[in-house]
Amino acid sequence: MTINRRDFLKVSGAGAASTLITGCASQGGASAMKGNPKVVIVGAGFGGATCAKYLRKWGPNIEVTIVEPNDNFVSCPISNWVLAGMKSMNDITHGYGNLSKHGIKMVKDYVVGVDTGKREVKLKSGSSLSYDRLVLAPGVEVLTDSVGGYKEAEAAGKVVHAWKAGPQTAHLRKQLEAMPDGGVFVMSVPTAPYRCPPGPYERACMVASYFKKAKPKSKIILLDGNPDIASKKGLFMWAWNTHYPGMIEYRANNAPRAVDGNKMIVSTEFDDVKADVMNVVPKQRAGEVCGMAGARNDSAGVWCTVKLDSFESTTVPNVHIIGDSVLSNLPKSGHMATNHAKIAAASIVEMLAGRPPISVPVVANTCYSATSDTTAGYVANVFRFDKEKGYVTQPDGGATGQGDEINLAYAESWAQNIWAEALS
Amino acid sequence: MHKKSILLIAGLSFAALGTAHAADLRTQAISATCLSCHGPNGKSGGAIPSLAGLEKGYFVQAMKDFKSGARPASIMKKHAAGYTDAEFEAMGAYFASLK
Repeated sequence: MTINRRDFLKVSGAGAASTLITGCASQGGASAMKGNPKVVIVGAGFGGATCAKYLRKWGPNIEVTIVEPNDNFVSCPISNWVLAGMKSMNDITHGYGNLSKHGIKMVKDYVVGVDTGKREVKLKSGSSLSYDRLVLAPGVEVLTDSVGGYKEAEAAGKVVHAWKAGPQTAHLRKQLEAMPDGGVFVMSVPTAPYRCPPGPYERACMVASYFKKAKPKSKIILLDGNPDIASKKGLFMWAWNTHYPGMIEYRANNAPRAVDGNKMIVSTEFDDVKADVMNVVPKQRAGEVCGMAGARNDSAGVWCTVKLDSFESTTVPNVHIIGDSVLSNLPKSGHMATNHAKIAAASIVEMLAGRPPISVPVVANTCYSATSDTTAGYVANVFRFDKEKGYVTQPDGGATGQGDEINLAYAESWAQNIWAEALS
Repeated sequence: MHKKSILLIAGLSFAALGTAHAADLRTQAISATCLSCHGPNGKSGGAIPSLAGLEKGYFVQAMKDFKSGARPASIMKKHAAGYTDAEFEAMGAYFASLK
């Protein structure tokens, strides 16, 4: 593809001339000289889809391709509401069709290799894509191997994590519907850091909400790998005591070690817990493609560390990581992934034009959790960028201590808006 | 963009800004992070208010009042607390420009 001179001038302005002369050596501009810069994005979730849209908005000369294996986007936020019967799978499932309106190319495929030297992504279909900059937005890889017997029980349909919304969410809802009144739902919380810190506790609320109406003699045992409720503690304690007294048994420091799908038992260090429905959520790491790119570079080789002004890997040049795969003090939330995406997009536009990354000085996280079918609460924090410390949490943020009706309405509106922000 | 706005936005940055283009993109990036709640291009569906086309003075005063507590708020008090007056001005000008 050749540079359209009119667009080129319109888009890049005065800064572009210096790009062509000086920007190539340090910014991977070799192919940019031959044509439009190319960005390949792996994953069309909250992070990847949003990044693609903003790259096209702020850098209309950039060729943006997303590689995504799934036909549809299924939202993790609000997926717990499906378990309560408040929403259907259809409500949380959205198509990718609108992304093409922005000039984004969707490739339905699966990445099987990344050559960061050649700047090339290899696809399962056998073809490959070259890039000037690569954005990895794969979400998390759930480490089912870390729990004994998990894979066998999962294959038999006896245990699911449902920590990636989709068929497992629907399966879990069916299991809950089939469970007799007086049954025991055993759920686990992975050791932090994991995707969506308040998610497991919201899930306990949502399942309790369903039980309260449909099978009130039932019980929930929450096995937490952490020493305490990891997020919005006050809100969830309020909800459990107010809406579901006696229904939820919380056990700290109780990470499951094994599951037995035949006997329906979850085993911890301390005892064997009998379940009617098992929802064990194993620990997680950065998505597989991050491993292929050599970008799982934290001390444990599990998560990705990035320069927070651009979300470029601290060790792998031209590769940016956004969303839940990143290790930082920014929460692993879908909302945060969309904001990683915007910071990365702004900086990538600048870097492809031969300028330094933009330091977006301030960014915020918002996360609603439903506490019943009529109430919700939230946590909100603002983070300011510091060159040495990264994004520093500002005072006066935090979580609500109780849920209410207006925040349930806001939560629903938030979901509609963030889905539209990422996909419309 | 008005000269006044450019000066205000330039005041936000940590490093010296090379061009008006960079200042504009930085303001857009800050403002864009609000849209994960308030909807694409500032147009919201449902209970959360839209930001597109809000009069700048109204936006800036609302944010200052959320921050001080003069205007009752739930989540917006926590958000407003983390932003500067100069950022309110820059974002207000940007949201006012959205159709």
